[in-house]
Amino acid sequence: MARQMTGAKMVVQALKDQGVDTIFGYPGGAVLPIYDEIFQQNDIRHILVRHEQAAVHMAEGYARSTGKPGVVLVTSGPGATNAVTGLTDALMDSIPVVVLTGQVPTFLVGTDGFQEADTVGITRPCTKHNWLVKDPAKLSETIHQAFHVATSGRPGPVLVDMPKDVQFAVATYTEPKAAKTDHYQPKVKGDLDAITKLVELIETAERPIFYTGGGVINSGNAASQLLRELVEATGFPITSTLMGLGAYPASGKSWLGMLGMHGLYEANLAMHGCDLMINLGARFDDRITGRIADFSPRSTKVHVDIDASSINKIIPVDLPILGDIGHVLEDVLKVWKSRGRKLNKSGLEKWWKKIEEWKKVNCLAYTASENTIKPQYALQRLEELTKKYDRYITTEVGQHQMWAAQFLGFEDPNRWMTSGGLGTMGYGFPASIGVQIAHPDALVINVAGEASWLMNMQEMGTATQFRVPVKQFILNNERLGMVRQWQELLHGERYSHSWSESLPDFVKLAESFGWKGMQVSDPADLDDAIMEMIAHDGPVLFDCLVEKHENCFPMIPSGKPHNEMLLAADAEVFKEGAALV
Amino acid sequence: MAALKIKKGSSSHSAYDLRDSHSQVESSHTLAVIVDNEAGVLARVIGLFSGRGYNIDSLTVAEVDHKGHKSRITVVTRGTEAVIDQIKAQLGRIVPVHEVKDLTVEGSPVERELALIKVSGTGDKRIEALRLAEIFRANVVDSTLESFVFEITGTPEKIDAFADLMRPLGLAEIARTGVAALSRGA
Repeated sequence: MARQMTGAKMVVQALKDQGVDTIFGYPGGAVLPIYDEIFQQNDIRHILVRHEQAAVHMAEGYARSTGKPGVVLVTSGPGATNAVTGLTDALMDSIPVVVLTGQVPTFLVGTDGFQEADTVGITRPCTKHNWLVKDPAKLSETIHQAFHVATSGRPGPVLVDMPKDVQFAVATYTEPKAAKTDHYQPKVKGDLDAITKLVELIETAERPIFYTGGGVINSGNAASQLLRELVEATGFPITSTLMGLGAYPASGKSWLGMLGMHGLYEANLAMHGCDLMINLGARFDDRITGRIADFSPRSTKVHVDIDASSINKIIPVDLPILGDIGHVLEDVLKVWKSRGRKLNKSGLEKWWKKIEEWKKVNCLAYTASENTIKPQYALQRLEELTKKYDRYITTEVGQHQMWAAQFLGFEDPNRWMTSGGLGTMGYGFPASIGVQIAHPDALVINVAGEASWLMNMQEMGTATQFRVPVKQFILNNERLGMVRQWQELLHGERYSHSWSESLPDFVKLAESFGWKGMQVSDPADLDDAIMEMIAHDGPVLFDCLVEKHENCFPMIPSGKPHNEMLLAADAEVFKEGAALV
Repeated sequence: MAALKIKKGSSSHSAYDLRDSHSQVESSHTLAVIVDNEAGVLARVIGLFSGRGYNIDSLTVAEVDHKGHKSRITVVTRGTEAVIDQIKAQLGRIVPVHEVKDLTVEGSPVERELALIKVSGTGDKRIEALRLAEIFRANVVDSTLESFVFEITGTPEKIDAFADLMRPLGLAEIARTGVAALSRGA
């Protein structure tokens, strides 16, 4: 039975039919009809943010921690332009987000009306797809299509721009099932011949490595399970990008840790020295490859990806497999088992011996201190004291982010939310709110630096209003630590504008928003303070004063190959190992 | 480890495509992109080229299926083999793009362009311009005592050649459509 309703009502109905329980938004003139509908229902919870950028990051946190798309509702003009950073972030990290924006009425479009911006024009390069809906009869179908596009294939952000007169107009509602989505159906099954070829490579490889990325997590829990099965069955070592942490458990025996610019020594050298690289859902980002010409020079490279444009974009590969990771892994396991589970056991044994030697370098070593909290120490204690909890971690961007990736262990997918591709300072705090909204009883911690954290600190009000007990674990070095590190290593120690001047009193700031504020500077007090933070039933701003000049190692300087890693001065350099590969 | 026993140089859709993507030789490719004729679709395609730093040598677009609202964008671009493959893959993932055809890979395509060329002059130059136009099978579509507008159809090279000849004879203005192209055969 065809249902007639206003455009505004259709928006709310379409969201309900898409299974949406929460939206993040901020009202304004051009979305008032929709806000009026939201007021008159109880199925969808609206989280009022304090800035539209934060709304998108919250939706990202929600999406990344649940596997469901995050939804944002903002007004025209500044509402939409403020969302641009979040959209770009979600595009770079393939996070499914649906952003609904109001627009000036159709008869005002193009006249420089009040709060008018060319939203679809501005967001075209930072969305997977976007729509301007001028016909009320197409509104509900377009929203259903938006959800389909956001969540199919390589996920990403989409935007639907809705002029105000379209929200008022009455038209027929289209049910989700009736919406046309057949045109956009990315291929999920991998080519069986190519998969068989991969199995042949697996059977004979002497020095193989799995290099996994965010694609495994986007593919869903089943993909992570299949990955674990394949890694356990083959005994191949596995490393992951920043985005892929948790797909394979950090406690797993084949885990080498993260790779890349601040990745582990053993992971990077294994990538450099391998003879078979199996890339699952990673995209050879420049933070991973270092100098292209010297990237893993002697390996046969296999790349499984759902996005054809990711294949051969940076690194030419020998065997591309276009498809969804979960589907491909299922077939790989099937074919490999049917051919008798063959492996090059003697080769693998030698390979692991070499890797064990690299591990002995202990690349994450740092000089401990009794007087100052070392950031690495703070994270080690945080890991030790929180790992038993139902825990989700978000981060801001910078040194603390890399230390968090190095020192925290992730046992499951969807537990780690970080801005990888775009590197958005200000991501972590709102993302942590989005995660906590989706998982009200979990322990949600944002590992932050003080500079990043200040970029979206206005969201303290949101956390208080919605009783979101997020823990903000700020490693406060009063510096833009990563900028400072580059200036020290690459710019003659000229520290141009890389310190945090005029910082607030974080404890008082917390209290002014009704939060608990804590400050710790003595390593001896750290454990008790962390336990106090966890125990507090409400949001906590944890100001952890750390060593101001600590550098993050290992580090592959930009443009250098994997075997030219810088280690902390006190790490025992294993020169022979580097020379051998 | 045994080298891969895979045939090189098969079609770009094959999983076993192992052409040398390190090749730095640039070549021109004519792509036909079939898209939904919806608002902003051309901006998406052009934005992709400018945003990612690809070349556009020529671009034409028109709706070719009025019932199905499909447009055909013919774009002539240039790049190394790896760049061309990347362009095709990037075009392919634009949501309203239905199909990306590399007419150059499918075989030397039929390519035609239309140009309107205004030549001003009197006396011998005017007579010479008309004579050359006949040789090139260009039609006169407008004339005054001091000018002609010629309409010429052909490959871009033919139009270039004709325009070059008209230059000393008083070429005043030229308008070109860009290339429309189809693959040969059934």
